[in-house]
Amino acid sequence: MNWQTLIFGNLSWSVLPENAIAWFGALTVIAGVLAVVGVVTYLGRWQWLWDEWFTSLDPKKIGVMYIVVALVMLVRGGSDALLMRAQQATSVGDSYGILTSTHFQEIFSAHGSIMIFFLAMGFMFGLINLIVPLQIGSRDVAFPFLNSLSFWLFFAGAALINCSLIFGDFSTAGWLAYPPLSELRYSPTSGVDYWIWSLQIGGLGSLLSGVNFFATIVKMRTKGMNWMRLPMFSWTVLGSMTLVIFAFPILTVTLALLYLDRTAGMHFFTAELGGNMMMYVNLIWAWGHPEVYILILPAFGVFSEVVPVFSGKKLAGYTSMVFSVWAIVVLSFIVWLHHFFTMGAGADVNAFFGIMTAVIAVPTGVKIFNWLFTMYRGRIRFESPMLWFMGFVVLFTLGGVAGVVMAEPPADYQLHNSLFLVAHFHTMIVSGVLFGYFAGLTFWFPKIFGFKMNEKWGIRAFWFWLIGFILAFGPLYLLGFEGATRRLDHYSSSLGWQPLFIVAGIGAISIAIGFSCQVAQLVATFRDYKRNRVGNDPWDGRTLEWSVASPAPSYNFAALPIVHSRDEFWEEKHGASTQEQKFEDFSMPKNTGAAVIVSSFVFLLGFGAVWHIWWLVIAALLGATIAVLVHVFNEDSEYAVSGAQLAHREAGLQYPTSL
Amino acid sequence: MTDEFDRSGILSVDEKSKDSTIVFGFWMYLMTDLVLFASLFVVFVVLRGPEYGGASIKNTFDLQYVFIETIALLVSSFTCGLALLFAREGNVRGTVSWLLATFVLGAAFVAMEVSEFSRLLAQGLAPARDGFLSGYFTLVGTHGAHVTVGLLWLLAMVVAIAGRGLSRGNMRKLALFAMFWHFLDVIWIFIFTIVYLMGVL
Repeated sequence: MNWQTLIFGNLSWSVLPENAIAWFGALTVIAGVLAVVGVVTYLGRWQWLWDEWFTSLDPKKIGVMYIVVALVMLVRGGSDALLMRAQQATSVGDSYGILTSTHFQEIFSAHGSIMIFFLAMGFMFGLINLIVPLQIGSRDVAFPFLNSLSFWLFFAGAALINCSLIFGDFSTAGWLAYPPLSELRYSPTSGVDYWIWSLQIGGLGSLLSGVNFFATIVKMRTKGMNWMRLPMFSWTVLGSMTLVIFAFPILTVTLALLYLDRTAGMHFFTAELGGNMMMYVNLIWAWGHPEVYILILPAFGVFSEVVPVFSGKKLAGYTSMVFSVWAIVVLSFIVWLHHFFTMGAGADVNAFFGIMTAVIAVPTGVKIFNWLFTMYRGRIRFESPMLWFMGFVVLFTLGGVAGVVMAEPPADYQLHNSLFLVAHFHTMIVSGVLFGYFAGLTFWFPKIFGFKMNEKWGIRAFWFWLIGFILAFGPLYLLGFEGATRRLDHYSSSLGWQPLFIVAGIGAISIAIGFSCQVAQLVATFRDYKRNRVGNDPWDGRTLEWSVASPAPSYNFAALPIVHSRDEFWEEKHGASTQEQKFEDFSMPKNTGAAVIVSSFVFLLGFGAVWHIWWLVIAALLGATIAVLVHVFNEDSEYAVSGAQLAHREAGLQYPTSL
Repeated sequence: MTDEFDRSGILSVDEKSKDSTIVFGFWMYLMTDLVLFASLFVVFVVLRGPEYGGASIKNTFDLQYVFIETIALLVSSFTCGLALLFAREGNVRGTVSWLLATFVLGAAFVAMEVSEFSRLLAQGLAPARDGFLSGYFTLVGTHGAHVTVGLLWLLAMVVAIAGRGLSRGNMRKLALFAMFWHFLDVIWIFIFTIVYLMGVL
């Protein structure tokens, strides 16, 4: 080993991008980072950012940071999607499109990994942070520091995955990196290692959040909020966090074993010397299938809040909604094999998993019908959160039915790895998960900022997204039936697929316009914020979060509310229930930069592990350990808030505001 | 969202409910660790068959040696329990002494494991040799790494208790440490049974 390898590991000048499009990606990242740094420095806002945001343990601020990072990652993943659509629309016959096949493979691998781990997961934890403590009548989460650490680990993972745009390449093995392709023999560059470590770091953050919010909902509910009075969003989050607790350790193990195979020459999943590659596929889906429900359950929760509010009625079938959440939680752990019926596990095994998969449509159907029953004879207001729901309920039901089709093993043998499958899961994750999160963001935005989002641009965004989605993924269902497999970078012109691929490309452009509308929406929202100011209850809400001022104060509730019924705030507004204000002293956590420091070390650890810079790995591990110990043994981490002082101040805040 | 309250002066409100939340959260963390070990056990069992090289190693395990290792770890759990009992009585010296005894036993366990690993490596039985050995070293090594982290935590506890005494914060951390240490015991009992006993007998 020479000194260069000792210091730089596998890093060298040859790892810089190879072609024009890759250079463009790299320069965009560098320019983006420089622009942000430049603007913040120009405005002299570093101190403010550090004091008010980076070191904040307020879940509402952490939630906002999650959503900002998630939307930035949506731009990254969306650019990947546009490139893929451009390639498939043009790479036919004698034309080979704009991407090399290796580059195309990197892009679809990055697209999937980024959209699931850094868009959807980040957006989800953002919404959970914003609303769960408020909804359960709590001042904070169970472990405020851990919450900050979760966010910063998520950020470190996102930063690491974007490093691959500049240094080296990314995995070409798909978003789940099946071996033996992802093993060292077939993927000798550092691409798969980037995939492993950015997911490992982001996944660790998710795991900690899972524990945190599970404990928060179980232990921190306010007085009187027994289980059957818990708002539906919090129920779905509890279900989702249960899945995180049981599923994410499996991902941690699987990624670690793949890294050991690649780095220490072990034989867990190799094609020789006792490795078992199908074990990888089983393990990754034992995490991966619950992961889908981790994402969708909170989206169901958002709709269960949005539909009653915009229909002016209470949620139909609350009890059945709760039971369907837990039916989904349990069932989601016994369906993983439907991702690879073609493994050939035998008729009996495939039949079991096929039936279980079809059965999971039952609790989901219960939810769909309950939302429709809630709307039935309600006074419906079609504001943008409700529009997202309308788009969701149609598309999600269709996509779900496509899923039941594929749950039948004989049909799946035909549809496996086809574009039909791709269209199915995009229907579930885009029109299910993403539409739900957009609805949630619009719905809860005023509670965090004190003003509503711009409705005009919101409605435009919805229509472009909806029509774009149908155009982009409708053709993929048809192409899948015609035998088009996923991940094709080129096909013969005699197949006649090109027109449909072009339609899909137009759909992708429409979605991009929809996203641009959302950017315009944000700009307009912050520009006109004075005009859009609202009181504590802009939508005629039903649950506790609407009882406090907008924006919600850092301590959420000056006096902890006592809950007497399911829709406590609604009952209060209608005189069926009253709050007795009792101001007590309490303590709040002090801001701390420890999570930023720990996560910076973890980022360096990941970077070192990707490039085999072992001194950096050891040094970073040491640094992170010391930073954690210093924080843990610091007993001066809280400050006191005086109830009397607060009572005085609240008098000026007009609490609670009547309609 | 800024607040203008006086940040000086610490007030401990409802410390009891905070204790119970922390213990509950730690149980949840232990559940995640349990799933982590469960996955490693599954991997080990899948790769145990003779076709993965498992048969060749049977004779190299020394049950007697592993039994002594096991006793060291089990007794360390007992001494850890004693430390907790002394802590509840507010006896700093007793607590620190039994924690140190726990440390010695835990360190002996790790040392024995390291020496067994190096014996296997010297025989050419390295983790990169085949699937079985990959599974074996990773499962047992992950447990060993947990014990090592526990030892570091233990040392930090000793320093903190010697310095600040049995403060509320230290009592809390001690209780969590005891849960962690007993948990590692339980995992080891499964390793002893599934890896060693079922491997040799």
